[in-house]
Amino acid sequence: MRATSHKARAVGALCALVVALAAAGCGSSSSSSAPGVSSTSITFGTHQPLTGPAAPGYSEIAAASQAFFSYLDAQGGIYGRKVNLIIKNDEYNPTQTVNVTHQLVLSENVFGIFEGLGTPTHTKVVGFLNSEKVPDMFVASGCACWDNGSAQPYTFGWQPNYTIEGKILGQYIKQHFAGKKVGVFYQDDDFGTGGLTGIRYEVPASQIVSTQPYQPGVTNVAPQITALKSAGAEVLVDFTVPIYTALGQLTSFTLGYKPQLVVSNVGIDPTTVGGLLKTFSKGKAGTELIEGAVTDGYLPSSTETSNPWIALFKKVHNSYDSSAPFDGNVEYGMANAYTLAQALQLAGKNPTRQGLVNAVNEKGSKLSGPGLVPFRYSSTVHGGYSGVELGQIRNGKIVLFGGPLVTEPTAGSPITPYTGTQPAPPASGVSVP
Amino acid sequence: MTKFIDLTLNGISTGAVYAAVALALVLIWRATRIVNFAQGGMFMVTTFIASSVISASGSYWLGFAVALVCGLVLGAIVERLLMRRVESGPPLNAVIVALGLLILLEALAGMIWGNTPRSFPPAFSIRGYDIGGTHVLFSPNDTFTVLVVIGVALVLRVLFQGTALGLQMRAAAFQPEIARMLGVRVSRMFTLGWALAAFVGSLAGLLIAPSVFLGPNQFDPILIFGFTAAVLGGLDHPLGAAVGGVLLGLTLSYVSGYEGASLVTLAALVVLIVVLMVRPGGLFSSTLERRV
Amino acid sequence: MSSMRSRLRASTGTLARSLGLVLLAGVVLFVASELLDSYDELQLANGAYYFAVLAGLTVLTGLSGQISLGHGALMMVGAYTVALLVGNEQWALVPALLAAVVITALVGILVGAAATRLRGPYLAGATLAFAIGLPALADRFPATFGGENGLVINPPTPPSSLGASFPLERWEAWIACAGALIVLFLANNLLHSGIGRSFRAVRDDEIAASLCGLHVGRVQTLAFVVSAACAGLAGGLLTVVLQLAAPGAFEVGLSLALLTAIVLGGLGSLVGAIWGAAVLVLLPGWTNDIAHSFSLSTRVSANLPLAIYGLVLIVAMLAWPSGIQGGVRRIIGPLRRRPAGG
Repeated sequence: MRATSHKARAVGALCALVVALAAAGCGSSSSSSAPGVSSTSITFGTHQPLTGPAAPGYSEIAAASQAFFSYLDAQGGIYGRKVNLIIKNDEYNPTQTVNVTHQLVLSENVFGIFEGLGTPTHTKVVGFLNSEKVPDMFVASGCACWDNGSAQPYTFGWQPNYTIEGKILGQYIKQHFAGKKVGVFYQDDDFGTGGLTGIRYEVPASQIVSTQPYQPGVTNVAPQITALKSAGAEVLVDFTVPIYTALGQLTSFTLGYKPQLVVSNVGIDPTTVGGLLKTFSKGKAGTELIEGAVTDGYLPSSTETSNPWIALFKKVHNSYDSSAPFDGNVEYGMANAYTLAQALQLAGKNPTRQGLVNAVNEKGSKLSGPGLVPFRYSSTVHGGYSGVELGQIRNGKIVLFGGPLVTEPTAGSPITPYTGTQPAPPASGVSVP
Repeated sequence: MTKFIDLTLNGISTGAVYAAVALALVLIWRATRIVNFAQGGMFMVTTFIASSVISASGSYWLGFAVALVCGLVLGAIVERLLMRRVESGPPLNAVIVALGLLILLEALAGMIWGNTPRSFPPAFSIRGYDIGGTHVLFSPNDTFTVLVVIGVALVLRVLFQGTALGLQMRAAAFQPEIARMLGVRVSRMFTLGWALAAFVGSLAGLLIAPSVFLGPNQFDPILIFGFTAAVLGGLDHPLGAAVGGVLLGLTLSYVSGYEGASLVTLAALVVLIVVLMVRPGGLFSSTLERRV
Repeated sequence: MSSMRSRLRASTGTLARSLGLVLLAGVVLFVASELLDSYDELQLANGAYYFAVLAGLTVLTGLSGQISLGHGALMMVGAYTVALLVGNEQWALVPALLAAVVITALVGILVGAAATRLRGPYLAGATLAFAIGLPALADRFPATFGGENGLVINPPTPPSSLGASFPLERWEAWIACAGALIVLFLANNLLHSGIGRSFRAVRDDEIAASLCGLHVGRVQTLAFVVSAACAGLAGGLLTVVLQLAAPGAFEVGLSLALLTAIVLGGLGSLVGAIWGAAVLVLLPGWTNDIAHSFSLSTRVSANLPLAIYGLVLIVAMLAWPSGIQGGVRRIIGPLRRRPAGG
């Protein structure tokens, strides 16, 4: 008797589970012709770390993109279609990334994925998206992995490759700090190793006295900073995320160690880093410890209020996303959204998934907007921005100087100045070539 | 040689931080025989409260005091309202409730104060002492942290081993029924235990936050290492928690300095296993097991 | 020795009942897989491999009384085994999954042997350290294990005998459910066998058990090995279904979620493991839907799902101290005892 009821209970539990599953999935219709697009709207999905240890800063990006789409929608959208962005939280966990991406593509039937954030996370869905022929637009990561138009035709990068950035920073070091000892403090993943590769392409090996990787999640970086100080590094290159830029500065402060800082654009946003160091800077903006740091940017500095793009983004921010502070992350989200809107404009009145991809392949390299440099897009190259302009923290703000430089992420390729001018933002909507 | 000295100093200062967390866990364990994962969530909240008070009033020590008082109150409330209902049931249920409380507190903190980590002031300067022209990796604030940890460990040892109150708390935890029969107000002892543990936890939070920043999830790695340190030293021994914390801190610092940061968590595992294989009750455990 | 042999021989009654249970469950799952849409097929597959690890964990913690906060790391061993064998060495699926089970079981012997000396929070602490320490190996040897990025494999292609348009998701669900059914069969036999009884005996009173001739250390290690084998299979199935093996997928949170799931579902029962798997698969989606049904600021709506999850854990433990299965028993029990026609 007991065994039968045990069997019945088990099967009963199973049936209940399956019914719940089916009920949860009910109501999702799929249209095979052009999923995610109707006459009035086009829908993209994204996976973002909204909570968890990777959330700081990054959690603002997708909301900023959404704000920019709201601004465009208020003007009628693209060809009369509102651009919708479904944001799903993956907590920077690749299992979650796979799950929410499956949900977005199979259940919510989005037209494409936009601005998927993170390298360890997004690499897990690239295969799925490409085999399902879903546009994977403008991944929010500078890994070289997205730059493969032949093997991954549906995936496009957007921000400059970390190696490109490393090369340009490295050239600056070679030219302005010749003979000085260089140390590199970098994240132990694609971001840090990509940047280090770029540095090594330009800075002579004899100058680099110490390279210290750190593990995200291990907050004690004193052993690494001490090693850099002991090696005598007078120039410290940071390929770090903001929290680790700040942690490194704390230890440097304890040790009285004041090298010339050269920091990746990923880890230098003065609002974020300053906020983390505020109480050590006698309550001021908090940027005393990073004052004078050399960095770079591929968009105008978010504090350059005279720039018309910054003025536009600030206007959009005030109207649609005012809860977050206006900083580099918000600017990133809006600029990336502008590029997607341009791509949609190029895709024409009746966009198809393949059509969107073809549009970026053919005309992407001619797009201009808030970026300081052109894009590297063709049918084989899906790299994103082709370079950066150097900058420095002066009075707590990033001030760009020297003019934009472009290069390829390979060892021997030259670094050349880019002389094109940044266009003014259109009065409404987006402008395309 | 200087590398070894720097790493040793770093190990002591980070170890003191783990010891602070471990002490709060030991206190809860001795008072209630529960492994309290929620400890970290509770002192994260009290540190946020301190941060708000400090920003509003400009006084660090006012925020410090408010955090400690909030800790006492929060601990008592959690025990009265929540843990009381699971204290008498299966021990795993209390663990799950504590886990749920940790997740809830972290989410609430994210909703109230946001997910972006913020700076938290240290009690004293973090500029390393100037010895022979160079600054060493040990600052006045580190001295303060170490002294506080040693002080708390000693006070707890005296409390539990040398006072009547401590005896009552231990009796209430081990044998609540018999303790009741002997006149011990068991439920009051539990509440007191939680309140004191939250007090020590708040102290730990104030010591930790300057070096790892304050955010809903920023303390998580420290909590794990703190728990490891408590187990290492023996959950019944406050001095064990202090020693366990420093031992762990030193090990992690040496491994990070000589081998690389990627092996740090593995090193923690190895140290713990080595110690527990030799002394399954932690370093300071004195009970002999009955082996049949 | 002969008493050990008689304990190992499960009665034919138990075998028949387990087979019946598995067949019935198999039919339900097959019908379900035909009806569900693609995304829900994947959810079913996720639930299946969660059930595999939870069944083993509930045997370890419920039956054998040993707490483990490290089963996420054991899943990781299985996951990477399959990823390396299928991805690098082009092994077929079934041999790779078997290898995952065997290798994780071997790791389980090591962990179990160490665990026999530890009790309660010390065992919890040691297994927690295992959960955070093992992923470090992936970062230490990035060339083999892919570092933070981990490894990806190609999705398993359905055999051509099923037709060219057989959906990939359904095939993945079938593979995972097959694994879950095997675990269900073996675990149900174990629960009702002499070995299961020896687990319970050691849990309840080690001294009495050893006086009856049971070798406490060996029994406890065997429990660990069984649960490790289940975790290894679950990890291997995870790699097959999600085509990934990465350290970020096996953080501490996973091990804690597994423990939560078996307690929430009902400790020590296989039906409890089914409830637990359902919670792990369905609850995040539900809490996210609830959070987004109100129009709240990003800050609140991003954290609300976790707040609800934490609240659910607390309330469920207070309301149903024996887990969901205990709650179900309390409801069904009086119903069944009511006399017919009364």
